[in-house]
Amino acid sequence: MALIECKNIHAGYGGMNILNGVNMAIESSEIGVIVGPNGAGKSTTLKAIFGLLNVSEGSIELRGDNITNLSPDKLVHKGMGFVPQEHNVFVSMTVEENLEMGAFIRRDDFNYMLERVYSFFPDLKDKRRQPAGELSGGQRQMVAMGRALMVEPSLLLLDEPTAGLSPLYMNEIFERVIAINESGVGVLMVEQNAKQALRIAHKGFVLAAGKNRFTDTGQNLLNDPEVAKSFLGG
Amino acid sequence: MNEFIFFFNSVVINGAVIGSIYAMGAIGVTLVFGILRFAHFAHADMMTLGAFLVLILTALFPAVGPAIGLPTAFVMMPVAMVATAFIAVGIDKLFYKKLRENNVKPVVMVMASVGVTLMLQGLIRFFAGTGTQSLYIDDRKAIFRIDLPFESASRNLVVTEPQLLLFLFLAFAVIALHLFLNKSRLGKAMRAMSDNPDLAKVSGINTNTVVGVTWIIAGALACAAGTLLSLDVTLKPDLSFMILLPIFAAAIVGGVGSPYGALAGGFVVGLTETLAVFNWTFVLRPLERAIPALDLPNTLAFVPTEYKITIPFFILLAILIWRPTGLFKGKII
Amino acid sequence: MQLPKKDIILFSLLAALILIVFASQGSAYSVRVLAEASCYAILALGLTIQWGYAGLFNAGIMGFVALGGFITMLFSFPTNDDFWSTDLPGQLGGVGLKALLSIAIVYGLTQLKRFGVSKKVRLPLIIIASAILYLWVVTSLGPVAEAIESEAGFIGGFGLPVWVGWLVGGAIAGGIAYFIGHICLGLRSDYLAIATLGIAEIIKAFLKNADWLTRGTLTVSPLPWPVPQAGDIGFIAARAAYLSVTAVMIAVIYFLLYRAYNAPWGRTMRAIRDNENSSAAMGKDVNRRRLEVFILGSVLMGIGGAALVTFNGIFDPSGFLPLNHTFLVWVMVILGGAGNNKGTIFGAVFIYIIWTMSEPAALFLIDMARQLGTAWFEWQPPGDLDSRALQARVFVIGLTISLVLRYAPKGLFPEKVAHHA
Repeated sequence: MALIECKNIHAGYGGMNILNGVNMAIESSEIGVIVGPNGAGKSTTLKAIFGLLNVSEGSIELRGDNITNLSPDKLVHKGMGFVPQEHNVFVSMTVEENLEMGAFIRRDDFNYMLERVYSFFPDLKDKRRQPAGELSGGQRQMVAMGRALMVEPSLLLLDEPTAGLSPLYMNEIFERVIAINESGVGVLMVEQNAKQALRIAHKGFVLAAGKNRFTDTGQNLLNDPEVAKSFLGG
Repeated sequence: MNEFIFFFNSVVINGAVIGSIYAMGAIGVTLVFGILRFAHFAHADMMTLGAFLVLILTALFPAVGPAIGLPTAFVMMPVAMVATAFIAVGIDKLFYKKLRENNVKPVVMVMASVGVTLMLQGLIRFFAGTGTQSLYIDDRKAIFRIDLPFESASRNLVVTEPQLLLFLFLAFAVIALHLFLNKSRLGKAMRAMSDNPDLAKVSGINTNTVVGVTWIIAGALACAAGTLLSLDVTLKPDLSFMILLPIFAAAIVGGVGSPYGALAGGFVVGLTETLAVFNWTFVLRPLERAIPALDLPNTLAFVPTEYKITIPFFILLAILIWRPTGLFKGKII
Repeated sequence: MQLPKKDIILFSLLAALILIVFASQGSAYSVRVLAEASCYAILALGLTIQWGYAGLFNAGIMGFVALGGFITMLFSFPTNDDFWSTDLPGQLGGVGLKALLSIAIVYGLTQLKRFGVSKKVRLPLIIIASAILYLWVVTSLGPVAEAIESEAGFIGGFGLPVWVGWLVGGAIAGGIAYFIGHICLGLRSDYLAIATLGIAEIIKAFLKNADWLTRGTLTVSPLPWPVPQAGDIGFIAARAAYLSVTAVMIAVIYFLLYRAYNAPWGRTMRAIRDNENSSAAMGKDVNRRRLEVFILGSVLMGIGGAALVTFNGIFDPSGFLPLNHTFLVWVMVILGGAGNNKGTIFGAVFIYIIWTMSEPAALFLIDMARQLGTAWFEWQPPGDLDSRALQARVFVIGLTISLVLRYAPKGLFPEKVAHHA
């Protein structure tokens, strides 16, 4: 069965729905990328999956387990990690303390996990005792992702991980995402840099106005002239 | 030399004493500010409540202190601290939790704490009267007079036993808190929640546990502050807002959310207060003897003692105008 | 206009309550209660616009009440010949000039930044200058104040009509509000609460200790009334006349607020209250409007405080208590419905009646308990049991605040807030 499956999700803030029937599924070996114009509901989908807003209709299943509307801390226990787009590190705490916070629910010795994260993000090892607030944008993003990985999640949700980063850092982030995925973590990623993101995607989901518009492999979406014209800037 | 000793007694020691009390109260307030994000008006009355619990325990077991060699009240303090901590958690469950879950504006939380203050005030004064009480039952307050080895020094340095206990306890509490916040899992989670509550939730940190620990620490420190203050002077049920203002000033001066800031802020406010009401005439008398033309008024103080309350307020206004984030760059929130 | 059923029921209950008070306590007492309640209603209206329109937590109502009361005492109390016949007014005027000069100098120093003087130089200069000037003014005030106290008691009043005192009291309250608001309104609302709490205590401390100005704990009485006093026409008539004055004032205030509410100003206020971010994005200066509301509310509190103190006939600084003059008003507003003027007036009258009746009720209960206790358990009640009984009212007020916040946060007359999806 799929790692995560969203069926006909209707969700939003307050009374109004932003998602009007979204479907999505990826396997644990896959990188899924959600793209689309502003306001399409990309981040909203991630937040709905992670229990940060109310799902009024539809269901979300994690390996067949119904997780619709469960609170975030319960989902962390079930093996999900979420990296928000903004304010995604504890700025007053050191890099290593940030990672420790990611492992808060773990009661075992997780030192091996710290080493594993440092192997994904070697730059961070030198800066482990520096406050996260002093790092550059790209390094902060790495801390944010590292924090989410500390519970060894089966599914990692990333909300615009390359937002505001230089092209150099963007490529580095995408390389890390591939490495994380190859280590056995399913990744569902929202991205504005659609073309570059779809290049590494096993599955691509194009959303518009709260609904699915196109769903295919990343490569096929890139090659599709209609998708390219409407959503990828030609 | 005598003038210097007088200055030292009146300003340095007294300032440090009142500064320590403010610091202890401010640490609790700043933790609540940082994690629960509202100004807890009921803190002063929690201090009074704690002191009263100690009074009751002291009255019940007056012989304990003399047996150990410390004031009974001080021996009973840890028990009362635990009790106050529980009461603080209970108050939160009864009065603040529901409002927090409904995502009300911080001001509404402040109002709720005003309601709690009035209830505590009413209860305490109803059961214990409005008069002052001494926490010394069956034991005496030890006063240490230190002779200085200077020829011209005919005065002594005076420090009382409760004052020494206060300094020792504060040092102990600060070190313990530092270790807790920096070395323990829960302590770091508290810092995380103070830093970024949404991210803390997303990381799986149990916010209810952290909130509970915050109230336990705040309640225990409030009890200690109230008790040690009452040991130094007397237990006055009327203290409430008079001490709330300096404590809030201290927390804001130090930078809201930072316990170290609260510590520093407490001493800043305390020492400024003592300096401002200090009668400089006594100290400047040698100058008067040296310069006959100089005629000092009887009392030369910046602020008369009746207006002492204005000092923390002006410190507060000054810091809000000049540097609202405080000394240690807390949040304005 | 059709009145909603709930309003009719609630106001009928209030009328019934008033009738009970008349029946049980007599007319003189009841009219007094109503007159005081009407002054509180003015205070409550001031708070309701600060809290209900602008979301501002004013924890220092007591200060504005005391200020209004002081100004009205100063302006309306007969002149003190012992003071004016000496040269003390001249001396006092001299001190006043020194104070004004000092303020001008400090202000001038702050303007040095226009001449390119850097902050590092300016700030210590301002601080040192302020300290020296402050000591200069204070040390020159000292002997004058002592002289006034020993020769004339206090400076007395200006002997002007009462309503002048009321209006000036409101104006000065507004001035203080401008000062505080200017500093605190850009910041968190908790800070405003702390600042207002502080300023109230400072105003009270000042009025209590400046014997040359207010006779301090010796108090000033009797204060002149805008209508004939009890000595001339009897208690009931005098109090009723006073009540009619305050009732007219409430009506005028109510009408003005109603007009403002429906005018562009009111619409802007409500837009800001309902959705601050959009209003700010539309260019409405949010903080400026909040400051206006804060000042306006404080003016009302100054006037209401003046009316209350005048009615009581005595200016006693120690009589201003946070419970009675700040938090009681808070309960009135949150119970009545913040921002709803009708509800606020209801809350004021209702709560004030309950509050006044609670004193004899508490004493009665305690007395019963004392009698039963001594009869059944040979209980030795403490001597100050009566004053302790009054503390129970403090508890009840706190409990009321907590319960209303928990279960009826919008009060009995909720303000209609537009919900935008």
